[in-house]
Amino acid sequence: MAAVAARHIRKQFGDVFAVNDISLSVNDGEFLVLLGPSGCGKTTFLRILAGLESQTSGDILIGGENVNEVPPRARGIAMVFQSYGLYPHLSVFNNIAFPLKTQNTPRDELRRKVDWAMRLLSIDHLSSRRPRQLSGGERQRVALARALVREPTVFLLDEPLSNLDAKLRTSARSELKQFQQTVRTSTVYVTHDQVEAMGMGDRIAVIDHGQLRQIGTPTEIYDQPADEFVATFLGTPPMNLVEREGGSLGFRPEHFLPREMLNGSALAEMPFRIDRMEYLGSERILYGEIEGRPSKRIVTAKLPAHAASDQLRAGDRHAFAVRCSELHYFDREGRRTREGAVQ
Amino acid sequence: MTTMARRIAGTGSFYSAVVLLVLFAAFPFYWMLITTFKQDGDLYNLQSIPYWFNESPTMEHIDYLFTDTLFLRWLGNSALIGVCVVAITLVVSLPAGYSLARMPGRAAENLGIGIFLTYLVPPTLLFLPLSRVISLLGLQDSLWSLVLVYPTFTIPFCTWLLMGFFKSVPREIDEAAIVDGCTMVGAFVKTILPLSLPAILTVIIFAFTLTMQEFVYALTFISSSDQKPITLGVATDLVRGDVYYWGELMGAALISSIPVAIAYNLFLDRFISGITGGAVKG
Ligand SMILES: Nc1ncnc2c1ncn2[C@@H]1O[C@H](COP(=O)(O)OP(=O)(O)OP(=O)(O)O)[C@@H](O)[C@H]1O
Ligand SMILES: [Mg+2]
Repeated sequence: MAAVAARHIRKQFGDVFAVNDISLSVNDGEFLVLLGPSGCGKTTFLRILAGLESQTSGDILIGGENVNEVPPRARGIAMVFQSYGLYPHLSVFNNIAFPLKTQNTPRDELRRKVDWAMRLLSIDHLSSRRPRQLSGGERQRVALARALVREPTVFLLDEPLSNLDAKLRTSARSELKQFQQTVRTSTVYVTHDQVEAMGMGDRIAVIDHGQLRQIGTPTEIYDQPADEFVATFLGTPPMNLVEREGGSLGFRPEHFLPREMLNGSALAEMPFRIDRMEYLGSERILYGEIEGRPSKRIVTAKLPAHAASDQLRAGDRHAFAVRCSELHYFDREGRRTREGAVQ
Repeated sequence: MTTMARRIAGTGSFYSAVVLLVLFAAFPFYWMLITTFKQDGDLYNLQSIPYWFNESPTMEHIDYLFTDTLFLRWLGNSALIGVCVVAITLVVSLPAGYSLARMPGRAAENLGIGIFLTYLVPPTLLFLPLSRVISLLGLQDSLWSLVLVYPTFTIPFCTWLLMGFFKSVPREIDEAAIVDGCTMVGAFVKTILPLSLPAILTVIIFAFTLTMQEFVYALTFISSSDQKPITLGVATDLVRGDVYYWGELMGAALISSIPVAIAYNLFLDRFISGITGGAVKG
């Protein structure tokens, strides 16, 4: 059964739709990531799930029940805000105990649960501090602990890692994922960082301009993008798109290799003129254009650093190729079509 | 100039500015103080230096104030009115300010401006219609008329002040409380109120001083001496025709300004400091 389901959710601010007809469901125990560029409506959608914002139209179901009219406190959710929203006047202990106190939890049970949550997130040594005396990473863990003690049906997390530095973020990412796998609580996780999304999500929902573009496992999203937006939003560098009759043709930079590195027959050959090269240690990024195939953006190729590409120089023309199985076809509207439909 | 000389000149001009400011602010109080304790002969003698005692100080004005006038009664009236008005103001302004701060859209802003505008309508205009209301309610010549009327200017001002403060509290804090199991009112009481203590204190002091210094309404609604607040009592009972009881006037003004001065100095500074730090990241 779906832990949370959204049906045709719309939210209008003035005359813009921040959320435009999103339907999706979160399975029991699933870690669903909402991924999209800044301002695409992720936070708004999450706030609608929480009940902090009322949708213009559509239904929210939690545990199978329609909760449109249910206030946030009765929805069985726990939320970690983009900016944590800790209570500045309370100690870490009391911050975490707050949701239990509102439920009139007996004293010793409250103590036990808060201690458990603090140990789980290794913040037990901070229990008497105030939020302003904590680092960003510690605050984030307090916010998580506060969400956790309630044993909610769903976690709603709004970019909880965006404020951490790169290194801390990597470790926090794996801690968070591990933690979710331990407690097995359905989770909706908002981010605009594709690495986070790919690494953490059981499934990813890609959102743009308030619309759901695609929902699927990280592999599905990466290997079979539903449209040009999804194709170019994921991957660094993003998928190359070149013109073709009746739409465009896409291929990932790591699949675009010198002809001699590929064997087998079904290859699409393209003459590549290299304008610039970047050496990144483990790989080499080539920028240039394909002769005879105009593209809106610079075409990139990602080669293993040790490859035969050593002889390639900026300014060279070289025969490159992509396996036909790794080509993606999009129609004029940018939607994925069956390969080879029109060539 | 050498660095040393420049530094001395810098501090010198800083302190002379401070001293000038202090003199400017403290002079009226000094004047009240010496006038209170001067003998009448000293006060009216044009030949003597006005800035110091030329005859020995006296307690006669203070005595007169406490024994022959209703000074204590007036002080009590003012305090009673002040406390009631502050209570009414808080009961109305806290929820109103919070609602305005959290209301979505532009409507809240316009409402806020509208409310503030009513504060700008002067009492000298409003006392006419209000005196009709007071007499309809049968409150003429009673201090309760003032308890009823003063909130008309304290509430708009304090609502506006609180709205501004509540807006500066990140909304995630009360929203977190709402998600964590509180009702709207619960979230307000448990998170916003404790965080707003400095603002609430400011509002209390402002509302109290506004009522303490009000004159026009008191003058129009009240005529019996025993119902008068301090401002009115002093001005009407200590100025008889063209006879000014200067010593008593100054003494009364001095004594009634002391509690306010203490309130400002003790509380305000202490509470206005970063209580909200650390609520949100950054
Ligand atoms: N209260 C509001 N009033 C008017 N417009 C709003 C309001 N809240 C959000 N919006 C608009 O709705 C759109 C979506 O906002 P939202 O905060 O959901 O984006 P987001 O995807 O969370 O972005 P980010 O990644 O930057 O947090 C934005 O264009 C924003 O300007
Ligand atoms: Mg957001």
